[in-house]
Amino acid sequence: MEALFHSSPFTGYVYPNETVISWTLLIVVYPYLTGLVAGAFTISSLYQVFGFRQLRPVAHFALLVSLCCMIVVPLPLLLHLGHPERAFNAMITPHITSAFAVFAYAALFYVILLMVETWFVFRPYIVHEAQRAKGLPGWIYRMATLGSHDVSEKAMSYDRKWLFALAIIGIPGAHGLHGYVGFVFGSLKAREWWSSDLMPAIFLFSAIISGTALVIVLYVLSCKLRKVPVDLPCLKVMAYSLWGFMMFTLLLEGVEFASLVYRGREGYDVIMQFVEGPLLIPFFVLQFGIGSVLPLAVITFFIWRGANDRALLVGVTASAVLVLLAVLMMRYNVVIGGQEISKTGKGLLAYHPPILGREGLLAAAIVLILPPILLSVLVRFLPPWHDQEQTA
Amino acid sequence: MEDKEKLEKQQRERREFLSWLGGALACGAAVIAGDAGPAQAVAAGEPAAAAPVPPNPAIPGYDWTKHRWAFGVDATKCIGCLRCVEACKKENNVPADAHHFRTWVERYVTLEGEEKARIDSQADPVNIAASGSEREYRFADRYKDARVAKAFFVPKLCNHCTNPACVQVCPTGATYKTEDGVVLIDHTYCIGCQYCVQACPYGARFFNQENNTTDKCTWCYQRITKGLLPACVEVCPVGARIFGDRNDAQSVISQFIHNNRVQVLRPETGNAPNVFYVGIDEDVN
Repeated sequence: MEALFHSSPFTGYVYPNETVISWTLLIVVYPYLTGLVAGAFTISSLYQVFGFRQLRPVAHFALLVSLCCMIVVPLPLLLHLGHPERAFNAMITPHITSAFAVFAYAALFYVILLMVETWFVFRPYIVHEAQRAKGLPGWIYRMATLGSHDVSEKAMSYDRKWLFALAIIGIPGAHGLHGYVGFVFGSLKAREWWSSDLMPAIFLFSAIISGTALVIVLYVLSCKLRKVPVDLPCLKVMAYSLWGFMMFTLLLEGVEFASLVYRGREGYDVIMQFVEGPLLIPFFVLQFGIGSVLPLAVITFFIWRGANDRALLVGVTASAVLVLLAVLMMRYNVVIGGQEISKTGKGLLAYHPPILGREGLLAAAIVLILPPILLSVLVRFLPPWHDQEQTA
Repeated sequence: MEDKEKLEKQQRERREFLSWLGGALACGAAVIAGDAGPAQAVAAGEPAAAAPVPPNPAIPGYDWTKHRWAFGVDATKCIGCLRCVEACKKENNVPADAHHFRTWVERYVTLEGEEKARIDSQADPVNIAASGSEREYRFADRYKDARVAKAFFVPKLCNHCTNPACVQVCPTGATYKTEDGVVLIDHTYCIGCQYCVQACPYGARFFNQENNTTDKCTWCYQRITKGLLPACVEVCPVGARIFGDRNDAQSVISQFIHNNRVQVLRPETGNAPNVFYVGIDEDVN
């Protein structure tokens, strides 16, 4: 029989109840996913709102990436809850003082916004297919038109106004949702590792870089699968955005860590023990070294060289993969790391995630693989490809 | 009886939420109405602001508005016998292992030549090895060959704070502060998100995998509302644990707080605990 709980070994003194880590891998995955949502949406908005024309090949694709991640966001939370069947209690009787009370409403609002925006973006295509396709797909497209078949220039100009408005509302929506996730951690005074005013900003900027990196990786992958050339100017703009936002992220993380060390409040000794010991590989090597400094150096090299060739493609894609890893490690180091430092300020716990079980590695991996699977299905129904748009 | 109490609470929360919702909708409507907006909004906000006093739980002969419970710990008296831990586990069906405690006892030992105390609790692997089982509680005689400069025990439990961080973060209101000053959990309403476990600076909360909800000390609410003492206080052979009603100036707890220079744990959190300690030193938090 599987054990009811998984306890962690410790050194020093920890409160007896702390030996069962309460927020585990699924709570690492949850902010990671909301971050990807916010980041991918940023790329889409740079085109829709801020007029970055070079991003046209990925604008619609990024929107779908954001939607697919957002649909999966509630899953890790529901899997984590002791009573997922009571999840709606938080919506029926939201306890207003809780930083988590309005999450369900905020998430619901944002999913609806993303769906409406997606509908407007793909409306001409849906109408076209509704008239052309037969059988089940045709039926689905006809349902998806919601009875609106007007694609005249007047209707399209009306759609564009809606799209612009939705994209504008979506920016504070997506970023607010994720900044708010940062607040869930940053507002907890019980844990020195989390308790920081900078936490929402750090979460937000790391979210933007992770979403940008995901769009880069998935876009390049989709081009390879569809055997079409990658649009290098577009890739370059994404790489530049990634570079800029990474600078901010690193700066904020650096300032946060420096403040923590400089303040040197109670429990500081143990935090330093943690940083110099168990955190050495996951933080300094994986998150900071391989995941942040290396890709930053690579992208800096390409910016300096001004290249437009295959090397750019390989370099930027590899950097994006590393950034995705770094942000996942950042979520891990925050969520798990915060709980490995005992509230006593006098001990450290060592969390070793189980492979199986509801909150194990396998469950977390399945949740993470769901958005790309969902995306691979969705792009067949709503092709976001720029090149097809011109021929259609 | 307990079910009635829960029902009452749910109904109360529903009423509060509906009244809040009504207020919010009215405010929204007032804003839309335009000119007369602000005046109407104030008027509409009134019923939500004047929340009704919650009804008493349906416990015969018990009026929760008439009590203000508090707890005292005299660490100078504690001998670390751990009967309190055992009594608590039995009284409250706490999972019988080394990772779930509503109350526990910490041992602080400073050896000669050392500055920092060495700390352990009954849940320490060495102490479990000494007792032979996670269900038996004992402090191993691990310092018998050392020269001890200073040693004392500190019983720990939920502080039933005046401003409880756990209640603040609960997304559903399943954990709440009663009128008589106790922080309780409605196990039929808790969704098991464990946000409260994170928020408690004292490590007093744990997740009970047997019913998949959060759990913690209730000061034995099922006993104190019948005029009995919490189980841990009842079994303490030396009177290190003190419990009573602060509304009664002559009660043992009022006298304890009045006659001693008491302190609370981690006052800097702003939680304002209601467990008052005597005889602890700087290492204890």
